[in-house]
Amino acid sequence: MADLTIVQHAEAPREERPARRLSAGALCALPVIGLLALGFAAPLVAILGYSVATPRSFDVFRSFTLENFAALFDPTNTVWLSFLWSCGFALLTVALLAVIAYPIAYGLNRVFGRASAFISVLFVFPLFVSENVRLYGWVLFYIKNGVLDGTLKWLGLNGGPEVLYTPGITLFGMLYTYLPFMLFPMTLGLALVPRDLVDAARDLGAGRLFIWREIELPLAMPGILIGMLLTFVLAIGATAEAKILGGQSIIVISHDIEIAFTYSQNWPAGSALAVLVTFFIGALTLFALSKLDLDRMLGRR
Amino acid sequence: MTHRRTHALIWIWTLFVVAVVYLPIACGALASFNKSRYFGFPVKAYATDWWEKTLDSIEIGMIVRNSILIALLVTVLSVLIATFGALAFARYDWKGRRLYQKLIMLPIFFPQPVLGLAMLLGFSAVGIQTSWMTAVFAHLVWVVPVVTLVIAIQVYGFDPSLEEAAIDLGCSRLQVLREVTLPLLWPGIWSGMLFAFLLSWSNFPLSLYTAGADSTIPKWLYAKMVAGYTPMVPALGTMATLGAAALLLTGGLVGILVRRRTAS
Repeated sequence: MADLTIVQHAEAPREERPARRLSAGALCALPVIGLLALGFAAPLVAILGYSVATPRSFDVFRSFTLENFAALFDPTNTVWLSFLWSCGFALLTVALLAVIAYPIAYGLNRVFGRASAFISVLFVFPLFVSENVRLYGWVLFYIKNGVLDGTLKWLGLNGGPEVLYTPGITLFGMLYTYLPFMLFPMTLGLALVPRDLVDAARDLGAGRLFIWREIELPLAMPGILIGMLLTFVLAIGATAEAKILGGQSIIVISHDIEIAFTYSQNWPAGSALAVLVTFFIGALTLFALSKLDLDRMLGRR
Repeated sequence: MTHRRTHALIWIWTLFVVAVVYLPIACGALASFNKSRYFGFPVKAYATDWWEKTLDSIEIGMIVRNSILIALLVTVLSVLIATFGALAFARYDWKGRRLYQKLIMLPIFFPQPVLGLAMLLGFSAVGIQTSWMTAVFAHLVWVVPVVTLVIAIQVYGFDPSLEEAAIDLGCSRLQVLREVTLPLLWPGIWSGMLFAFLLSWSNFPLSLYTAGADSTIPKWLYAKMVAGYTPMVPALGTMATLGAAALLLTGGLVGILVRRRTAS
């Protein structure tokens, strides 16, 4: 707590401070801004630099060409297919997770009472387990002679379906990985709904569907939107699910970028693709964030 | 009453989802106790052989040390930076705050594999050799914004008039920070530290591209998953999970105990 030792210094003369150029807030923000400038903005500049370099070269900042971008929009390039897969899967992930997470978020706010802190921890903890460990657990579950297959055979049935290494299992993996990113913003959003407002509506005879549509949903929307955005953006960049569970049955956009950097050693082409993805995600994120009041979301609880 | 039935359904759904969330982790643990080299269910013979082999391996010992070293450095540095970052986020009203609040979210929203590749490019453009040190830096870029948000939530609940009172009573800026601000923010800083350590501990995509020749636990596991599976993979994975759980548990308990003590 605020110690009372501060009283001892009451006598100390207040020194005249020289006029500072930066306010206290800006001063506090400085280390973070420095870090992000060096670690986030500078690499993006490097990517931008590489994306206009001569294809298949390492002549960054020494050559200028738009060939890499032209190659991406070439109709014979199948990269748009990866982009469609990524977008489609991300949209499906968002839609399904909204439905999966909503009852849980509602429960954390209204139903579980004292247990909700513990249940929240249960949902947070998997974030601290490397995603490839968790996804590999699913491989062990679904693989031939794995947990599912073995259990079904043991029960005298035909054994499990062969779901591993299909696009469907990739979607399942994405739902699994990104659940917390939908759940927690949604829970924060639902916490913004004042309880007495719902009670008042009920006392005035509003039906449950009406309350949900006219009060709960609109008031919880900022949280739900942040959850959807976060999930969508992370799902666009997802690679581990498609690689570990999907067995590369589909190639997602981040995987295409990785391939350009690793196997084909064409850094400029990979950079051009990364620049496009970055612009897409950046525009989407900034647009959505500009609609939200972060003070209200995080502060008032 | 329909109300009660809805609540029961919500309970059932939540418990079902929790069970699904932990199912693969349990499968990994099961596979690590399997005696034979290849996994089959039901497990015919259980053994702790693979755990012993994992614990005895010198290579894995080095990798675990790398992971701990990186996570510890990330924890210390990110909490230092993020505490001030959170004050700027939530405490002070300054000109660029709205913009700052939004910009700080960008690294969180950015796909990590692409961020890792971008950093690799950046490092190579300025001629820095990647190693565990560059991995620390890469982790910071992603962890600091998260920890800033975690601490900011605590800062919102903090009454700025206490700081002003201390200044009026003649405290220097440093004294205010030490005697008033930090003690009040301690719970948020503590959770921030736990987040920082555990997020760095479990991070894979950033380590993959920015750790160079040095390996971390998730990176090693991935390499073995892709080529050369041995039951040491689920064994080490389960150990890493148990380590994270133990840390979270002790961290949570310490937090609760300290809070009780200061309250009484």
